[in-house]
Amino acid sequence: MQFWIIQSLNSLALGGLLFLLASGFSLIFGLMRIANLAHGAFFMLGAYFGATALRSYGWMDLWLAAIGAGLAVAAIGGLLERLVLRRLSDKPLGQVLVTLGMSFIISDACLVIWGGDPIPVSAPVALRAPTFLFGFAFPTYRLVLVGLALLAAVALYALLDWTRLGAMIRAGVDDMQMARAIGIRISRLFTAVFCLGAGIAGMAGVLGGPILSAYPGLDGDMLPLALIVVILGGVGSLVGAFIGSFLIGFTYTFGSALFPDLAYVILFLPMIFVIAFRPQGLFGRRAA
Amino acid sequence: MKRICMLSALVAAMFATAPLFMGNFYLNLGSQMMIAAVFALSFNVLVGYAGLTSLGHAAFLGLAAYLSAWLTTRAGFGHGAAALLSIAGTTIVAGLFGLVALRASGLGFLMITLALSQVLWGLAYRWVSVTNGDNGMTRLTRPMPFDVSIESAASFYWFALIVTLVAFILITIFVRSAFGASLQGTRDQGRRMSALGFNVWMIRWIAFIYAGFWGGVAGLLYVYYNKYIHPSSLSITTSAEGILGVIAGGSGTLIGPIIGAALITFLKNFVSSYLDRWNMLLGFVFLIIVVVMPDGIVSGVRWLNARIRELCK
Repeated sequence: MQFWIIQSLNSLALGGLLFLLASGFSLIFGLMRIANLAHGAFFMLGAYFGATALRSYGWMDLWLAAIGAGLAVAAIGGLLERLVLRRLSDKPLGQVLVTLGMSFIISDACLVIWGGDPIPVSAPVALRAPTFLFGFAFPTYRLVLVGLALLAAVALYALLDWTRLGAMIRAGVDDMQMARAIGIRISRLFTAVFCLGAGIAGMAGVLGGPILSAYPGLDGDMLPLALIVVILGGVGSLVGAFIGSFLIGFTYTFGSALFPDLAYVILFLPMIFVIAFRPQGLFGRRAA
Repeated sequence: MKRICMLSALVAAMFATAPLFMGNFYLNLGSQMMIAAVFALSFNVLVGYAGLTSLGHAAFLGLAAYLSAWLTTRAGFGHGAAALLSIAGTTIVAGLFGLVALRASGLGFLMITLALSQVLWGLAYRWVSVTNGDNGMTRLTRPMPFDVSIESAASFYWFALIVTLVAFILITIFVRSAFGASLQGTRDQGRRMSALGFNVWMIRWIAFIYAGFWGGVAGLLYVYYNKYIHPSSLSITTSAEGILGVIAGGSGTLIGPIIGAALITFLKNFVSSYLDRWNMLLGFVFLIIVVVMPDGIVSGVRWLNARIRELCK
């Protein structure tokens, strides 16, 4: 019993992290039609930024580090969008390959700067003691992480559904030419969304730190998970990213615990099922 | 035309006789270039001729290599049977992957192929009892085709040259055939082809399997050459190097991928002997090629040639 409950919490925590990663990926894809393969690298960069900030400044706490790293990664994402992706705006394939190139550069640069050893990130002091609920001990930080992911989901949903910016993004996703014609500055919107997606990924890297730590190869571990989430849930759909994240969180955690050798194969079974019956993903729309 | 024929005969003669006057270092480099060339040629069937950009082609290279390694060291098969079984197994997996990936097109196809290949990569890392995980499988041997040893650098070079030639000829026949024409039709005008009564899905699937088959052949060459296999052979970096070779040389041309793959291999060897920042350089080469030379070196040179001729007139 203990095993199932603890693993379920781990699944929820991983699902929450995956949602933070995949929602940004999905947003960028939905609006800009770019599969941003540097998204895993943004996550890793965030984790390293956060770990460094925590190590260098005694007064730094995890939340501040997460916000700072998120902003820094958002700025880097914005620069890449403005300086490189912009030049290839009519070539979706070129854009994907460029993001792949950027991910190689970022991950190799991380290896140069931070070396090959993992850098641990510790949870805030207040959250280190386990929480007792119904007679079970839960790692408090993971509970908080799940809560944060839910909060982020609500915030993103509110942003897209209730604000002017969200309305413009939705208009751009639905019909870019029309949105342009009625005076929405799609080009600025692109930068904003790319920054937003990159920033959330960077923040997720820090928040995931106490569970995953920062290590070389973190990008390669996270990117496929995000891809599978997005393929499962349907690209461009926030609800899809949400459901997909927790589905993959559970599949991966229980797969790793029960069949450690084959966790990766189990991971892709739900993906095959969904693709077989709904190639656009659970909540995706048919590609135009 | 005559000039081109003579030129290619000269180049062929040069390649065939290289072991007579080249040192082992250059022969090994040549072998690596040819392995990369077979891989790029097979990748080009998908990227260039079918218009399907995959980022998971390394799956077939790595799978064939792992199968051959496992069959010869663990299961006690001879090299001949192991080679046939590995290629057959890889081709079947290509068929299955194609079934899944071809449900989507465009970026969806790219993401699914990437995810599928990452699954194999993760399997190679994690399934330690079979693949030996991060340590890789060592102490592999090279086969003796027709009782001829290919241990020396020169003999392996010739062996790789023959395989590369066969691959080049068969892939050329494939894309120049009526089927190849319909494949290029599905690339350029998928809807029209399907209105004309072609089974677009089937055409793409067959191309996918054919590409997987030659990817497997490249994998066999790879494992024979290195006598060692590591999960990194399945990684996205391997796929990325392959696609970079295709694009650098010019996708959808016959010779382009060979030139591109040779260049990338040369660059990789050259850089690796001075500093170990290959991944970063690979990233920058990616940026430069995609932004500056999206049509590749061959068409870049062709364009330049036409311009010069125009000027000379």
